[in-house]
Amino acid sequence: MEVTLQHYLAVAAMLFTIGVFGIFVNRKNVIIILMSVELILLAVNINFVAFSAYLNDVHGQIMAMFVLTVAAAEAAVGLAILVTFFRNRGDIAVDDASVMKG
Amino acid sequence: MLQGIAFYVMSAVAVVAGLLVVTARNPVHSVLWLILAFFSSAGLFVLLGAEFLAMLLVVVYVGAVAVLFLFVVMMLDVDFVRLREGFASYLPLAAIVAGILLAEMVMISILVAQGGAAADAAAPVVYGADRTNVEAIGRVLYTEYVYLFQAAGIVLLIAMIGAIVLTLRKKPSVRRQDPGAQTNRDRRTSVEIKGVTTGVGVTSEELR
Repeated sequence: MEVTLQHYLAVAAMLFTIGVFGIFVNRKNVIIILMSVELILLAVNINFVAFSAYLNDVHGQIMAMFVLTVAAAEAAVGLAILVTFFRNRGDIAVDDASVMKG
Repeated sequence: MLQGIAFYVMSAVAVVAGLLVVTARNPVHSVLWLILAFFSSAGLFVLLGAEFLAMLLVVVYVGAVAVLFLFVVMMLDVDFVRLREGFASYLPLAAIVAGILLAEMVMISILVAQGGAAADAAAPVVYGADRTNVEAIGRVLYTEYVYLFQAAGIVLLIAMIGAIVLTLRKKPSVRRQDPGAQTNRDRRTSVEIKGVTTGVGVTSEELR
């Protein structure tokens, strides 16, 4: 049972797909959409770290750290926008948020 | 052998937890499954020899981001049943797209690992006592990536300020301190001298 690079890439691909799937099926629930985005970024991180480890190049892990930074910032700002949206509308259904539609 | 078992356990838990994140009925359960997914991914990182990132994942995601999600989910009083409307109608299209996406990505991954840029990838690099993973990251992060490192700090600072500005609200019922008004008031607006006759005093109407 030797674990190769393909194994890690396959796991990352599955997590990425689950993230995209989650955005598709939970179109109304912003919280789940944000969590799906986190899953997608996690899959990207797994790819970065797997390549970094198997190619013996630490730069991939640095990139994964920056992805982590941006993901944390995105979650904070996204949830802040969500809280403001909830205060203004009393609901978080995103398909109702079409005020700016032309 | 043991590494293989650990890999399969961790990855299976991560994938199943990820699936439950997007299909759970209760968003609080979704957040808990998300924590499990991140935790198992941290295990995968340890298997890959990236201990520092694994710990970072646990601290940042499980400790901060997931708790933030949990906080928001529990704070907002939302009818989550109504938000699940249309779940079944979107399911077929989503399954088709996800299936195609997964097939494509696995295919490309295998091709890359066999004959592409990572063709000579053998085994994950093992860090010994003489050169740890943290040291390897530190040597690169504070030299080559020092400006990007600072930029990442600025990104986090701006995100923090943005979150505070977005969620700060002024309630009319809550009295706040107004330092400008406090320091600008003078004697004429705050004190009044009344002539009081000795032995008579003042009535309460006169004090108004």
